[in-house]
Amino acid sequence: MPPAVPPPRYLQRTGSRIRERRLMQGLRQADVAGRAGISASYLNLIEHNRRRIGGKLLIAIARALDVEPTLLSEGADATLADVLFRAAQGGHVGTGTAPEVEMIDALSGRFPGWTDLIAAQQKRITGLEALVDALRDRLSHDPVLAETMHEVLSTVAAIRSTADILVREPNLEAPWRTRFHRNLHEEAERLSIRATAMLAHFEDATPRGDGPATPLETVEAMFDAAGHHFPAIETGGKAAILRVLERAAGMEDSVTRDLAAQMLTAYAQDAARLPLAEIMPAAAAVDFAPERLLHMGQGDAALVLRRLASLPRAPDGSGAPEVGLAICDGSGALLFRRRVAGFAIPRFGAGCPLWPLYGALNRPGQPIVAVLDMPGGGQFQAWSVSQPAELVGFGATPVMRATMLVRAIDDPAHDPAAPTIAAGPGCQVCARTACTARRMIGPGG
Amino acid sequence: MPGRVLLVEDETNIMEAIGFLLSRDGWAVNGHGNGATALEAIARLAPDVLVLDMMLPGRSGLDILRDLRADPKTEHLPVLMLTAKGQIRDRDMALALGANAFLTKPFANAELVETLRSMARTANLDDVARGGGAA
Repeated sequence: MPPAVPPPRYLQRTGSRIRERRLMQGLRQADVAGRAGISASYLNLIEHNRRRIGGKLLIAIARALDVEPTLLSEGADATLADVLFRAAQGGHVGTGTAPEVEMIDALSGRFPGWTDLIAAQQKRITGLEALVDALRDRLSHDPVLAETMHEVLSTVAAIRSTADILVREPNLEAPWRTRFHRNLHEEAERLSIRATAMLAHFEDATPRGDGPATPLETVEAMFDAAGHHFPAIETGGKAAILRVLERAAGMEDSVTRDLAAQMLTAYAQDAARLPLAEIMPAAAAVDFAPERLLHMGQGDAALVLRRLASLPRAPDGSGAPEVGLAICDGSGALLFRRRVAGFAIPRFGAGCPLWPLYGALNRPGQPIVAVLDMPGGGQFQAWSVSQPAELVGFGATPVMRATMLVRAIDDPAHDPAAPTIAAGPGCQVCARTACTARRMIGPGG
Repeated sequence: MPGRVLLVEDETNIMEAIGFLLSRDGWAVNGHGNGATALEAIARLAPDVLVLDMMLPGRSGLDILRDLRADPKTEHLPVLMLTAKGQIRDRDMALALGANAFLTKPFANAELVETLRSMARTANLDDVARGGGAA
């Protein structure tokens, strides 16, 4: 009789994790099996890793345990094997030796830490490649952007050539000097107009035909399509995430789906901590003013800001006001964006350094309010706070997150008694050329 | 010795700056701002070197270049392409169609002057090789 071959690691872990979850919840095999529509003896085989499990049965057992199917691991580990396979297919170019793909199971069984690392790096490579393609594709296939870029670069070329002549020709004849000065003035005016046109293009909130391009954009588009409010999760909690994902567009890619699941899980946690039934009437009673709702966060001001950005708005415009939301990490990288008309948040790169979103990073735990004057003429009130993403132990460095909620000020007589900041959408596309906070964007300025 | 250069460029201030630079470098400079009538201007002015913008009103620089290379009278005319679209695809297309050099806006003045001088030298050598003598 041949020696017993241990089942693949993913099979071992799936059954074991089902068993762990069941025992954690104090459930009997018969309870879970009954809910999942199988016999207790069959569940016993599964829990002892003697039956492969997937598809509808995995989902049924996950529902019976009120957890995400991916947490039960076969899905996750099958994905792990798939990711490792893809890493092997694409990653050995130039190394000379092809990876031994038939050893994936053995590798993941013996070196789970290394395989997780390889899988994480492969996912990151895939994500970065998708981002590079998206950026290249956007510039190539966005005719408005390409045309505007062409005009801006032509203007910069005229300025550069003319300025170079003025600097390098100290004895330039007066008529030429006068003419080139006039040309410089004309081109500066033209650059201002063209830069504003580019800004308008970025500010255009109308969905474009080419659709979202990166995993984050796809997930943000899903949130936009839902009005950033998910009734199923508000009432059903985390268990409803799978249903939301099944109905959402663009979730075929595992990176996008994982990101969406992660963001919806955060949404579900927020909804559980500050339920809609509590925040909605309280917010409506104070005109949705965050400063009057901070106490509801019980010390978590960012939670209140996030919840205000997830309240329902009726088709007739009643309900919560339209708001924008930006979340960044300690480096300033934008992790989440909810756009609102008139307040552009860059698709890529950093936002305006004058936003209180970044100011809050210097004052952890202190809510900041400001009025933002945008170059296009709009005025927005902004509430911002930064705090650790999660509690860490003594001596550990916390991961900081800043959150900013923005809301248009429609009433000209509105006096929010907050400092006014001449801000913009981000230096790449900002028309405020004389701004002291402006960063140089490459050699062209 | 530089000869006659024709600038086909619709941005007048760029044309004025380039025209000034090349005049100071000894070139006899003419300018033309419309792609649709560029071929007529080339035929009329018979430049030794052509500076041709990629994006022009009326007709693209690539279309003009294609016609120049298809005409025996202009198939060897040295052409420097200018574009604000610094994409590899544009450069490859221009060079495949027979452009002699390619500069991306915004360019350095010295680079433009040196490129044209180099093109003129090469053109003279080519003329000698074809038995036409130096220009």
